[in-house]
Amino acid sequence: MHDTKVKLSDVVERHTLTVLVDNEAGVLARVAGLISGRGYNIESLTVAEVDPTARTSRITIVTSGTPQVIEQIEAQLRRLVVTHKVTNWTGEQSGIEREMALVKVAGTGEKRVEALRMADAFRARPVDTTQASFVFEITGSPGKIDSFIDLMRPLGLVDIARTGVAALNRGPEAM
Amino acid sequence: MDKDNALQQAAAAVETMTGAQMVIRALKDQGVTHIFGYPGGAVLPIYDALFQAEGLIHVLVRHEQGAVHAAEGYARSTGKPGVVLVTSGPGATNAVTGLTDALMDSIPLVVLTGQVPTHLIGTDAFQECDTVGITRPCTKHNWLVRDVNQLARTMHEAFQIATTGRPGPVVVDIPKDVQFQTGNYQGPALVQHRTYRPRLDPDKAAVVRAVELMAKAKRPVFYTGGGIINSGPEASQLLRELVDLTGFPVTSTLMGLGAFPASRPEWLGMLGMHGTFEANNAMHDCDLMICLGARFDDRCTGRISAFSPGSTKIHVDIDASQFNKTVRVDLPILGDATRTMREMIRFWKAGSHKPDKAALSAWWKQIDTWRAKNSLAYKPSNTLIKPQYALDRLYELTKDRETYVTTEVGQHQMWAAQRFKFDHPNRWMTSGGLGTMGYGLPAAVGVQMAHPDALVIDIGGEASVQMTMQEMSTAVQYELPIKIFILNNEYMGMVRQWQELLHGGRYSHSYSEALPDFVKLAEAYGCVGLKADKPEELDAGILEMINVKRPVLFDVRIDPAENCFPMIPSGAAHNEMILAEIDDGPVITEAGKMLV
Repeated sequence: MHDTKVKLSDVVERHTLTVLVDNEAGVLARVAGLISGRGYNIESLTVAEVDPTARTSRITIVTSGTPQVIEQIEAQLRRLVVTHKVTNWTGEQSGIEREMALVKVAGTGEKRVEALRMADAFRARPVDTTQASFVFEITGSPGKIDSFIDLMRPLGLVDIARTGVAALNRGPEAM
Repeated sequence: MDKDNALQQAAAAVETMTGAQMVIRALKDQGVTHIFGYPGGAVLPIYDALFQAEGLIHVLVRHEQGAVHAAEGYARSTGKPGVVLVTSGPGATNAVTGLTDALMDSIPLVVLTGQVPTHLIGTDAFQECDTVGITRPCTKHNWLVRDVNQLARTMHEAFQIATTGRPGPVVVDIPKDVQFQTGNYQGPALVQHRTYRPRLDPDKAAVVRAVELMAKAKRPVFYTGGGIINSGPEASQLLRELVDLTGFPVTSTLMGLGAFPASRPEWLGMLGMHGTFEANNAMHDCDLMICLGARFDDRCTGRISAFSPGSTKIHVDIDASQFNKTVRVDLPILGDATRTMREMIRFWKAGSHKPDKAALSAWWKQIDTWRAKNSLAYKPSNTLIKPQYALDRLYELTKDRETYVTTEVGQHQMWAAQRFKFDHPNRWMTSGGLGTMGYGLPAAVGVQMAHPDALVIDIGGEASVQMTMQEMSTAVQYELPIKIFILNNEYMGMVRQWQELLHGGRYSHSYSEALPDFVKLAEAYGCVGLKADKPEELDAGILEMINVKRPVLFDVRIDPAENCFPMIPSGAAHNEMILAEIDDGPVITEAGKMLV
């Protein structure tokens, strides 16, 4: 049975969805326009071609809404003619989510040493170093990156660039 | 072996021609006979190829919006896709209203737009616009074809996507240089979209479960919609068979009228904001709702939190995104209406199911008490033409003919939906989802092109009809004897009705202080103009309108103060209807005023 039974809830949940689409002109506008046009949220969106021979792109969207809204987002994404598959990693599927960020911290003295020590604890590595600043590269779950940024804030945080989430399922199978 | 054959066929099928010729060839290979269009700079090569082509009838409209609505009327009345050809820039933007209308009402259209040459795209060239960008949210899918060798494939995919699954409009945007270039043409047989595979067959277990629920139901109702019409004439037959087997009552959305014969006793009339008292109360009090190809539109449901609170809901739809969109359903069944009803009937018979006769008899008794309210009643008049009376006379004098009705949008549309009794699908063309004033006249042009010998009537209001009035000229050019039946109350009637009910009778800009003399206007266009002011003039006018084999505009001057009842006020539930000035009904709440 096509089971779409949803639980009645007003609780807003954050979900990570992956959409496998044909990589054709305007496909990102199609997906982004669908979400904005129907009034849904996008917290982050990552897109890149993943298979040049099959001409498919993988779009990973972090969105939030009630279970009913999330179900609608998935259904609307599936409805697009270019869509191959939609997977929700926050539901029953077990997925790995990772994000990369570049974090610039400026400062001298004790704060600078502390920033480097914290970076080491988070396995963030400096990719640019001057006498007054670091740019750290950090990879991990979005939550880990949030924590790292919070710790850097009092230590001279200057700028942040985040890639958005990439997600893949565990085990030997494809999505 | 089959594969070799297929490859040989493919090789044989490849022919060299220009992009413009490919467009014409693809249309012919898709079985297209009619195109609605308007030429311009960026489609001249296609118009040139059309000039030399045989077997394609082009209908020159007066505005691109008219072309799209005409194609919608053509599609809705034939079951075939409507085809539109317009130029770039304003040609494309003028088509946007029609595209959105077709998307909301699931009408299959293939709209071809010219585009500036590829090297000029993005330079703000003359009559350039981002057609695929503008039409992305108002099409099922769209394409910009930059390579002439992709053109044939795209054309065939366009027809496949427009007509299968949940139908809808598609746009193929073709730059002028691509129309001139020479490339390889492929026939439709070998083209298949890479990913698009709509699911048509329902899950059998779900259908079995649905049939079991139907056999146990004590207060069931079929809630049917435009999906039955879109699924094809067999679906309407299967619905009749399903009702023969079960004896369940049937109501329908605006879009589904005609799928079930209005002359049958199981028919409750339309449901929703201006539906009948019996249909809405049956929806509210049922214990089993079987929704077939409808989408729980806000005009149908009333207040969601009070929508049919005690029922188990089965929802058959070809579009999975409709399940649980606004109303939570218990048993969603993804599939085509025809195939699903076929399976329902098969399992009903195989399981030797019988409806619960005793319970149904009590349910019908209850329905009859609602029917006794006679919710479509109105106060007759000897001096003023009541719109209800005008439509009743129109129905009586046309019911024995092959009649197709289109409408504009507003009070007259709701009165027509309430009072015209449709016994066949594809006879009723109206703008449901988008509510596009100006739809009916060009739609009538499209319907009459497809059915030259039928009686085609556009039931309109004087406000709506002026939005696409210029298409009268098209009707004259192609000798289309369409009948424009205007219920003229000098107001935007539905706006005035809402201002009366919700805004303290402050009729802000809903009165047309200047109106044309419609009779002279019709004559100026080369149509026949008729007018009636008094009830006794009506029948003669209608008969003359029918008998004149030319386009006719009949200006029927109705009671300007008449309101359309019954009505579910905004924010109210199905069982809180206002009836025709017999009682005041519940007051519309502040929250209700916020709703449209």
